[in-house]
Formats: sequence, structure tokens, C-alpha cells
Amino acid sequence: MKAFAELFRALDETTRTKEKVAALTRYFRTAQPRDASWALFFLTGEKLSRAVSSSLLKEWVSERTTLPLWMVEECYDSVGDLAETLALLLPEESAGREESLAELVEGTLLPLQKASEVQKKETLYEIWDTAPLSERFLIHKLLTGGLRVGVSKALVTRALAQLAGVEEAEMAHRLTGTWEPSEEGYRSLLQKEYHSTGPGNPYPFFLASPLDESEASTLFSPLDEWCFEWKWDGIRAQLLHRNKECLVWSRGEEAVTESFPEVQEALSALPNGTVLDGELVAWKGDAPLPFGELQRRLNRKKVGKKLLTEVPVRFIAYDLLQVEGNDIREDPLASRRKRLTELLGENSGSSTVLTLSMPLAATSFEELRQQRASAREQGTEGLMVKRWSSPYRVGRKRGDWWKWKVDPLTLDAVLTYAQKGHGRRADLFSDYTFALWSTPSEHDDKRELVTIAKAYSGLTDNEMREVDHFVRKHTVERFGPVRRVEPHLVFELGFDDIRRSRRHKAGLALRFPRMLRWRRDKKTEEADSLLTAEELLHAVHGVPDEPS
Amino acid sequence: MKRPLLELTDAGLYCEQGDFFIDPWKPRGTAVITHAHADHSRYGAEQYLAHHHSLPFMRHRLGKSAPLSGVEYGETVERNGVTVSLHPAGHILGSAQVRVEYRGEIWVVSGDYKVLPDASCAPFEPVRCHHFITEATFALPIYRWQPDEVIFQEIRAWWEKNRAEGKTSLLYAYALGKAQRILQAFAETAPGPIGVHGAVLPYLSGYRAAGIALPEVLSANAKHAPILRGEGLIIAPPSAASSPWTRKFAPHSQAFASGWMRVRGKRRRRTLDRGFVLSDHADWPGLLEAISATGAEMVSATHGATRALVRYLNETGIPAKPLETPFTGEDGTSDQEEGRS
Ligand SMILES: [Zn+2]
Ligand SMILES: [Zn+2]
Repeated sequence: MKAFAELFRALDETTRTKEKVAALTRYFRTAQPRDASWALFFLTGEKLSRAVSSSLLKEWVSERTTLPLWMVEECYDSVGDLAETLALLLPEESAGREESLAELVEGTLLPLQKASEVQKKETLYEIWDTAPLSERFLIHKLLTGGLRVGVSKALVTRALAQLAGVEEAEMAHRLTGTWEPSEEGYRSLLQKEYHSTGPGNPYPFFLASPLDESEASTLFSPLDEWCFEWKWDGIRAQLLHRNKECLVWSRGEEAVTESFPEVQEALSALPNGTVLDGELVAWKGDAPLPFGELQRRLNRKKVGKKLLTEVPVRFIAYDLLQVEGNDIREDPLASRRKRLTELLGENSGSSTVLTLSMPLAATSFEELRQQRASAREQGTEGLMVKRWSSPYRVGRKRGDWWKWKVDPLTLDAVLTYAQKGHGRRADLFSDYTFALWSTPSEHDDKRELVTIAKAYSGLTDNEMREVDHFVRKHTVERFGPVRRVEPHLVFELGFDDIRRSRRHKAGLALRFPRMLRWRRDKKTEEADSLLTAEELLHAVHGVPDEPS
Repeated sequence: MKRPLLELTDAGLYCEQGDFFIDPWKPRGTAVITHAHADHSRYGAEQYLAHHHSLPFMRHRLGKSAPLSGVEYGETVERNGVTVSLHPAGHILGSAQVRVEYRGEIWVVSGDYKVLPDASCAPFEPVRCHHFITEATFALPIYRWQPDEVIFQEIRAWWEKNRAEGKTSLLYAYALGKAQRILQAFAETAPGPIGVHGAVLPYLSGYRAAGIALPEVLSANAKHAPILRGEGLIIAPPSAASSPWTRKFAPHSQAFASGWMRVRGKRRRRTLDRGFVLSDHADWPGLLEAISATGAEMVSATHGATRALVRYLNETGIPAKPLETPFTGEDGTSDQEEGRS
């Protein structure tokens, strides 16, 4: 535990990539494999299932420190991180715990999940009496799910690649998919020759880079060197049919097979030894459904008949990574596509669950631009552009794969509520709620501000600090960590889509809202109204559908 | 109803009976000053009264001709039946609590204070009173300080490590008080040469004159850069961080010494290499200890996390209320807070 706490401190103390990688390498070189495998588990963002609720933790800390519960909350509000707040509040202890990270996790934290409340409390009191501040903080982090240390998976990959003496891409591949922390698992990760993690894991995804509008015309010439396809608004996924098993993996590297039984079934019709790359899209009739519908299929143990008919799903395949058991990622896209077309043509029968993404036919750049302009009508986000000669690479590498999205939709909205952020923004009010003016009725010309969206990205650090200052000065009301502020600031919000929603007070929901700019030139009264939003909805989705 | 002995006016705390202000923020008659930090000792009074150790600092700030007079701790001054005296606040050199007595009623204004020992100034002295006006900069139980030796040892180790790696150690600390408190720790032995930023220099002689041993320092300018680079510790005000001045000493490691460094988010937001938890204000146990030692029947809290402190005191049976002054940061998390104090 001491060594892991030391690693955490080293990572936390520096902002330099090189020093972070050095600290990681130093740790992994000397750590016992069983500890190292747990360290890797947490550093790559994995977490234990939650054993103790936040409210119990707060209650017990309140009891242990004899501070009133409201004071614990007050401190949490100021610190912004529960694990840290509680660690700071508990009395100082310097003895230190002798156990290793693996002993802590396997011997203390994992058993907590099945323990009674009394046992949980006993264990925590024992931890609090022996762990110094830095270890206490880490243990709270591991318990409350998640260790965000400002170290990306890429850095961990680099450190381990250096240690094993292999390419980073190779290590990235080894680290993809599920993996149970174990001594053997960790040892095999570091071997020069790797015996594949097993057939159940996907290949690392190749990610497209966003395209700058101005570059498009020069980059995509000659036109016939590029493959243009719609960019569907769904979940990026790989379908694996290996060892007679059919699995669906999302880009977040989660197995989501249970959520998509019809996809699994269609996949089983393909020959063993096949891996497809593509997009899961909710699809009804001849058009895609909003992304929100697709989300209803996720995080369920079992997808019922009702949901299956309400939200049917398609897998739109655009790449073939393995065929007849052979890894063909190094082949050019053109050849992979040819084999993909053959494969689906021969095997999908009458099922439409697995469909082929069709490249767009365009003879000129202008024609292409026009097609792209209709992206939203097609229910897509824009275009995906891939070089026909490119191999299937690992991670986000600029050059061969581009996403060329259509311009975002925008609305000018008023800042109404603010809340502190997390991590780097833990002491800034950086998460905001925005509102638009209601549409006055015939009987009453009073307008009120109606919440339309929440957003927390898009401002520069300086602007954020300025808004933070504003929030502190202009708080009207507090609701726990949330502050209602005087409605003075107007921001231009960009978003990818606007849809009707029964769950939102405004009756509308924005997808991926973010702040494009601070409209210092606009007064609150000049912010947009719900009527404007309604018009946007019609412009985007055509004929107004009846409010449901 | 009897008027309170001290009242808040638009210019600051005022004693009508004795006709004087305490740390006024507008130009007014007689000003009793708790300490020489900019937000407590402002320009424009007709007459200033402060501890004599504060005078050189105030003169630097308010000009040579400022009408200053100095007193010793415990020395009493009479004004129209009101007895005024200053008592050590342990904040910085010359910092004082102001004790005001009239017909047996005693008020104490703490100014900024800390209770843990600090070798660069006289230790905080509790003063019994009826009404105590306390600061509350770090009035949350998450704020607890360690003894100076522990922090100075951390600073020393950081400096030695930087030196071994050929990096200059840039340590940001408030120019008056914190800087000298750190410097005196290296008066006897230091791992290398010590430099100070131009903003720190004018405040050194006042400390030396008061008998605080400080090490020899170089002015951290282009001329001395070759001596300091890769070897030295340089103390600079926080405003110097990320200014072009720092480039003279690259490669460097940068750290900030402040009570706010206790919280990880605040530490990380500054994107510095290190944060040392070193404050000139009382921590939570310090505030409670100081408040209870006064035996006060009423406590007013100002300057920081007043809301939490006031509620806590009331719940534990000590009547308390917030006092709104311009020092008051809403919840004490603003960065400049300590800089202004
Ligand atoms: Zn102050
Ligand atoms: Zn001060």
C-alpha cells in the first residue's frame, strides 16, 4: 500500500508526461506482480463494485469525528471530492498500514461487499485508526469507485510497453478488454511474446480524428482515394464470433452482449473466426431512432420483448478485422471492405440486423458537400472519411480516418444554476444549468426561464474562473452543492441534436450541449426563447411531430 | 438600549466612545492597525497606531511621511475613557489583537492570527474578553496544520532533490510574513544559495532589526541568475508564478506555500509541482482553542468561512454571528484571499 500511495503522490505532483511515465515505470519495475496487477486495474479506470454508500460513509465520519453531519456536507461542498473530504476530516494517524495493495483489496475491500453493516463500520474504523492521510484518501477512492489521477490509459500503456520492451500498439492490444487482476495475468502482459488475452477480447479500436472544415477540400483530393460514409449516431462496437462464442463489445471496451440479443443471434449466422467493426444504431422502419432510445437498451440484465419491439437495433458494419480466424487489420481498407461485402452478402440471409454501411457515391467535391449538408435529415451526424489504402490502426492516429461532422446547432441561453466540478475543477463552479425564455401565452405576457440543458465544457480556464467568481457573488439560493444564481450571463450553446422529451420541463432535450462562447454582448432579455428552440427542432427534423 | 462599543460602519469597525477605527478601509481619522498587510493597513488615516514592529512595513506601503505611532504589546492608550492595547496575534511580525475596554466591558478584535508557534514573530496570546471578533479564513475542520519543523523539513528535502536534478527551487509565498517565516528556517544551514524576488526584499530589514535571524540572500535578478540557477531556493510572491521572470531560472521546480494547499483540487489547479501546507492563519482547532480561551459571551466571525463557524459555535453553546466586512470572501476559497490578508 505504501508503494502504491507513493506512486499516486508522484503522479499527482507532476504535470509532466515524462515524469509520470517515469514514476509508473519505477513502480511497475519493483512492485510484486499481484500488487502491480491491482495497481494496473485501478490506474486504467477499473473499479470495484460499491461496498459502502456515500451517505453511510459521511454518517460514520461524522460519528467518528463528533462533527455534525451538516459540517461534513459543508466541507464536502468546499473540497468537491468525497474521498478527500472524509480523509481530511478524520484524525491524523501516522502508524501506517503494512499490508500490500493486493492484501488490502483482496483481504479487506472485496470482502466488504458481502459484509454486514456492522462489519463494514468496524472495518472502516480500523482503517481510519491505522492509515495515514494519503492512504486513507486512496482507500476511500477505491471504495467509492474510481481513481482519477490525471493519468491516462495511454501513459500506463507506454510505461508497460517500455518495461516489456514491446511496441505501444502491442501493449494497447494486450490491455484491451476484460481482465481480472492476477499474478499470472500481469506476468503474461509483460512477456516479450504474448499469448493473446484470449478469444473473448476485441481488437483495440481505431478512432477517427475530427476534421477542420477548411482542410477538407485539399485533404480529400483526389476524391477516389477516399471512402465516404454516413456517421451514424449510435454506439461504436465490435462483433466477435470466435470459438463458437458471439460477443458484442462497445468502444468503452465493455461487453454489452446481453443488451443486444438480436445482434448476437445475427452474428451467430456468420462463420466462426469473424470480427466486425461498426455502429449499433436504434432503427425503426427505414430511419434511425434518437440516441436516447438506444441508451434504453443498455445496462439491463435482460432486454424484454417489449423493449425489443419498441427499440429494434441494427449493426451497421463498416470494417472486417478478422475473417476465417485470420487477423487482416494490416490489409488495406479497400480489400477489407471487399471481403466484408462478400461475407455479409453470403451470410446475412433475409435478416436486416447486420447491414453494410454503404459508401456514398460522389463524383465531385461539391456533390459531396451537398450530400453532407443533408446529414441531419438522414439522421446522421455527418460523414466518416477513410483512406482506401489504410490499415486498421490502434487508437487515435491522425491521417487516415476522419470524422467530418455537420455544424452544430446553437441557442443563446441564460446561466441559472451552477455546481462545482470534479477533479481539476473541484473548487470551481464549472458545471452549469442553462435556461431559455418560456413562450408567453395569450392570457399572460410574463415570461420565465425554463431549464433547457446542462453543460460543463467549452470555456477557457480564465472564463471559467470569471464565471466562478460571478457565481460566488451572485448566489440567490443554495440547494446543497447547487447554487441558483442571478440570471445575468448569456452563453451560446452548441449541440448535436434537439429532440422532444417528456422527461424535460422544456419538453425538449439537447444532445451533447456545450458552451461555444460567452455572449457578453447579450442581455438576459435577449436570450433565445423556447419558441426559437421549437423552430430549430422543426428545421432539423422536418414536420412537427405531435408532442407525446 | 446601550450602543455596542464597536460598530461596523461603511469605513470599518468604529469605536464611537473613543473615536477611532480598527483597520478602516476608507480614509478616516484615527486608525488602530492590527498588522501591516495591505487589506488591514490602508492609506488615508489622519493618525495610525500600530505595534512598533509594524511601522517599517507600513512606512514602505504608506510612504515616509505617514503619521505613524508605535506601541509595545500590552502598553495602554487612553481615549476619552476607552483603554486600547495591542496583544500578540502570531500572524506576522508586529501583528496584534486590539483590546478595547470601556467601563469594565472588554472587546477584542483578533485581526489575522494563528496559534501555532512561528519563530518569526511573537506567539499568539489569548486575551479574556466579553466580545471577541475573530477571523475565519480557514474555519472548516478539514484545515489542520502541522508544526513548522515538519513543513520546513519537507521544503528542505524538496530543495535538495531539485538541486540533485539541477533544478532551481522556486517557492511562492506572500512577500510579507510567510517569506520571512520560511527564510528564518534556513538561517543556520541551507542546502544552497538563497534568492528573493524584488517584492520580498523591502520587508527583510524590519525583521532583522527586530532580532529575527535571516540568512544572507541574493536579489533574484539577471545578475545573480547564474549563481541561483540549478542550485538555489528563490522565494517570490505568488503573482510572480508564470511571469517571464521565472524563465531566468529554468529548469526549475515550482511550489506554493499556503494553507489552501491542504486541498488537492486547489493544489492541482495551480499546476505547480508541489504545495506546502503552511499558513499564517489559525486552523480549525486553533480557532476553537483561541475562541474558548477568550471566555467571550459573544463571538463575531469575519474573513472567510464565517457561515460554518457561526453555526458550529451556536450549536456548541457559544453565541456567535457573522460580521460582514470587505475582507469577507464568500467561503474562503478565493485564491487572493490570503494574499489580501
Ligand atoms: Zn487579512
Ligand atoms: Zn494578514
